[in-house]
Amino acid sequence: MKEWEDFKGSTWKDKIDVNKFIVDNYKEYIDDDKFLKGISKKTEKVWNKCKKLLARESISGVLDVETFTMSGIDNFEPGYIDKSNEVIFGLQTDEPLKRIVNPYGGFRMVDKALEAYGYHMDKDLEVKFKEYRKTHNDAVFDAYTDEIKLARHNHLITGLPDSYGRGRIIGDYRRLALYGADFLIEKKKEDLNKLKNITDISVIQLREDVSEQIKALKLIKKMAQRYGFDVSHPATCAKEAIQWTYFAYLAAAKQNNGAATSIGRNTTFFDIYIERDIEKGILTEEEAQELIDQYVIKLRLIRHLRTPEYNELFAGDPTWVTESIGGMLNNEKSLVTKTSYRILNSLNNIGESAEPNLTILWSKKLPENFKKYATKISIKTHALQFENDDLMRPIYGNDYAISCCVSALSLGHQTQFFGARINLPKVLLYALNGGRDEITGDVVIENIEPLEGEYLNIQDVIKQFDKVLTKTIKIYVDALNIIHYMHDKYAYESSQMAFIDTKPEYLMAFGLAGLSIIVDSISALQYGHVRVKRDDKGLTSTFDIEQDFPRYGNNINEVDSLASNIVKRVYRELKKYPLYKNAIPTLSILTITSNVVYGKHTGATPDGRKKGVPFAPGANPTQGADKSGALASLSSVAKIPYANCCMDGISNTFSIIPNALGNDEDTRINNLTNILDGYFGSGAHHLNVNVIDKEMLIDAMNNKDKYPNLTIRVSGYAVKFNNLTREQQEEVISRTFHEKV
Amino acid sequence: MKKFSEGYIHSIETMGLVDGPNIRIVVFMQGCSLRCSFCHNPDTWEKNKNKKVTSKDIVDVIRKYRPYIELGGGVTFSGGEPLVQSQFLLEMLKLCKKAGIHTCIDTSGTGYDLNIIDDILKYTDLVILDIKAIDDTNYKKITGQNMNMFNTFIEKLKSHNNKLWLRQVIIPTINDNEEYILKLKEYIKQFNNVEKVELLPYHTMGYEKYKKLKIKYKLEGIEDMDKDICNKFQDILNAD
Repeated sequence: MKEWEDFKGSTWKDKIDVNKFIVDNYKEYIDDDKFLKGISKKTEKVWNKCKKLLARESISGVLDVETFTMSGIDNFEPGYIDKSNEVIFGLQTDEPLKRIVNPYGGFRMVDKALEAYGYHMDKDLEVKFKEYRKTHNDAVFDAYTDEIKLARHNHLITGLPDSYGRGRIIGDYRRLALYGADFLIEKKKEDLNKLKNITDISVIQLREDVSEQIKALKLIKKMAQRYGFDVSHPATCAKEAIQWTYFAYLAAAKQNNGAATSIGRNTTFFDIYIERDIEKGILTEEEAQELIDQYVIKLRLIRHLRTPEYNELFAGDPTWVTESIGGMLNNEKSLVTKTSYRILNSLNNIGESAEPNLTILWSKKLPENFKKYATKISIKTHALQFENDDLMRPIYGNDYAISCCVSALSLGHQTQFFGARINLPKVLLYALNGGRDEITGDVVIENIEPLEGEYLNIQDVIKQFDKVLTKTIKIYVDALNIIHYMHDKYAYESSQMAFIDTKPEYLMAFGLAGLSIIVDSISALQYGHVRVKRDDKGLTSTFDIEQDFPRYGNNINEVDSLASNIVKRVYRELKKYPLYKNAIPTLSILTITSNVVYGKHTGATPDGRKKGVPFAPGANPTQGADKSGALASLSSVAKIPYANCCMDGISNTFSIIPNALGNDEDTRINNLTNILDGYFGSGAHHLNVNVIDKEMLIDAMNNKDKYPNLTIRVSGYAVKFNNLTREQQEEVISRTFHEKV
Repeated sequence: MKKFSEGYIHSIETMGLVDGPNIRIVVFMQGCSLRCSFCHNPDTWEKNKNKKVTSKDIVDVIRKYRPYIELGGGVTFSGGEPLVQSQFLLEMLKLCKKAGIHTCIDTSGTGYDLNIIDDILKYTDLVILDIKAIDDTNYKKITGQNMNMFNTFIEKLKSHNNKLWLRQVIIPTINDNEEYILKLKEYIKQFNNVEKVELLPYHTMGYEKYKKLKIKYKLEGIEDMDKDICNKFQDILNAD
């Protein structure tokens, strides 16, 4: 085939195997960044238009909403930013930043969002939809048990994807570029033909799903046709390879509104096409950079319509278009290419930004030059996150990508059922309060005896905690099984599943919030002489700490092991249950920015935390509790087990003032590189890095206009500081900033 | 079982990035015989105060951070004046070297036990030497002590040939002039093995500690050293 001219290898030609194509054809790059080029005239023009639109959007929150049609792969006219200067094409709707109404997850969210921003759905469409179409949200609530509703209402289990798109699926979008839609359709048809033995419901369901996937691929062809491209055949050059891959992703963003819809791991794949074109003499370095910059611009414009409550949970309008960069092929050779540099260079060319969520897959063995470049860009932009490739590669293979913040998925072979998280500190408070919620007084967990007395026996607490935890997990598993069954039924992501194997492995991603609070609370009850006070309803209201106690975040094994024991205990319990589609359970310690809202809904805790105070984000130690220096703090987090336990990710956010990192840029780069090598070398999973002055953030909080583009890493993603609520900004500032003593 | 000697430390900073090359575990030790007017750690002056620990305790803590410090980093003993607890320091240095850890002492070159100092320098990979002043009068004025012990120390240093970083705090009205910088430049020519000379601008961040400890602050009224001017001096110093 002429599209595959000069490409090596053959096995990937007959069956879908993008990874094999990459391994056979990519060129590792180990030199430095000197080859990189600046912004092109065209990109500058396109980006300037975007900047104006983004400024307008930031005033109103939403620039525009398409109210005459609903989500779908090919439901919108083609849209352009500045047609003559664009080199990568395609928008979600006919205008940049105009948002799509997606009612399949639930109409309530749509109503609330439209009302909040002053839009009205086309009446005819709305009435018909509501009359004739059941949504995921309706269906879930038909099936929910009373226990689930109560646990949900009391914020014991929160953030469940039961009223909006679940997201977290990553299609292997590269497949469209490498094989073209026709080949993929042919392969899906073959799969369908093999599903002839109707032994049970699952086969019927899969036959329907594959048929939907085939329809989706046909619609993607039509959608691309509107922009003048024929994606039925494989991409013939770098520009097409990027364009095709983006179209495949764009279809997902037109059809679905999943909370996190990540784009995978594309730079090394693109690099093969770029290198081929450069060798042929049909592409220059400037043009290669232009393609990547414009690809990045497109990803920055992805939007979904959200409610204000949603924004309170996940601040700053995030879409988690996570692009994973770097990593190793095996113990010797990295997957770093020139395009790994080019995409980071986009932050130089078009400025720092929260999206796409650029994620460096770090290994001690990455080329030193690349490590230095990545840390340099991190120090400059606070827009990168780092994840441990040496930890993930043995589990997910070399061709995996990060979904959302920290969730690894083998590309094209695995998919995920997103499951939000349990509020762990509430589990403890329910244990103390006889299964009653400490704020509402509702009995959420039945048959729990309240613990009495001013001082509690730690053994009694642990016994009771374990009981509540067991019952909570049962409710949690039931909720997720219902949610994902219904999501498949009423809001199936056919455009994404079309780029995944017909019989993938499913992961069900459970999560925990408030880990540091629970660890410190148990430590307090054990070592701290905690005096419990109760209100007139007999519910715990305050905890007086009468003696100092060791806290998580100081590299003290006795305390840190409490954290490990809890996550292991939860994971053991999760493994007892059969899961929808035989999914394998995974677990994350991740809150994103919802740590603020979790705290708001949680009463005082035995570690001395007052009612309503934010939790620490992710697996971070409690704000200010890590007093033994940065490495002690990092070391505590690094002890939480990843393999066979928290395989959905362990998020840690690390803030350090520039002067503590070193006196000049070279020293800072060197030190940050060493910190990452040390942290990941000790088995840790993830690190957000902010090299930033606390004073600057305080100034930015009070003088919004002075820092229009200030981007910082929160928990698992980057966010424009101005887009955080005041409460969230204060929480970020209250976090431990490591300084020199 | 071997009995390990005991000593006093103020605290351990687990991520020191400016006191020696790469990532350092910095052990702040108690005790100092000098009373430098610009000292920002007066809480480390007394020898037998704060945490009592054994040498093994400390080295066990340091070893926990091996993944970070094995990348060209190591341990830095600072203070206070680490040489004040000479025997204790020596034992920690030996244990570190046995564990393959790079060692550094951040010192003023005073307060040591003359019988032990040679051994200490033998087990030290890098010395960060704080030069208080280069003549007797000013040395006495700044530290409250005469220069004899310091002078003996630099002779020892020269004979052991340790790698050396030199530091000098620049204080407004006391040594913030080009003439002094040029003299300093001459002075440091006596050392071999100097890898780095750092001028540190004086700052008043220690002031609160003095108030808390109810100690009179001798540099009352002198402001922070201007960082740009200090950088200019650094350029003069670095110029060939």
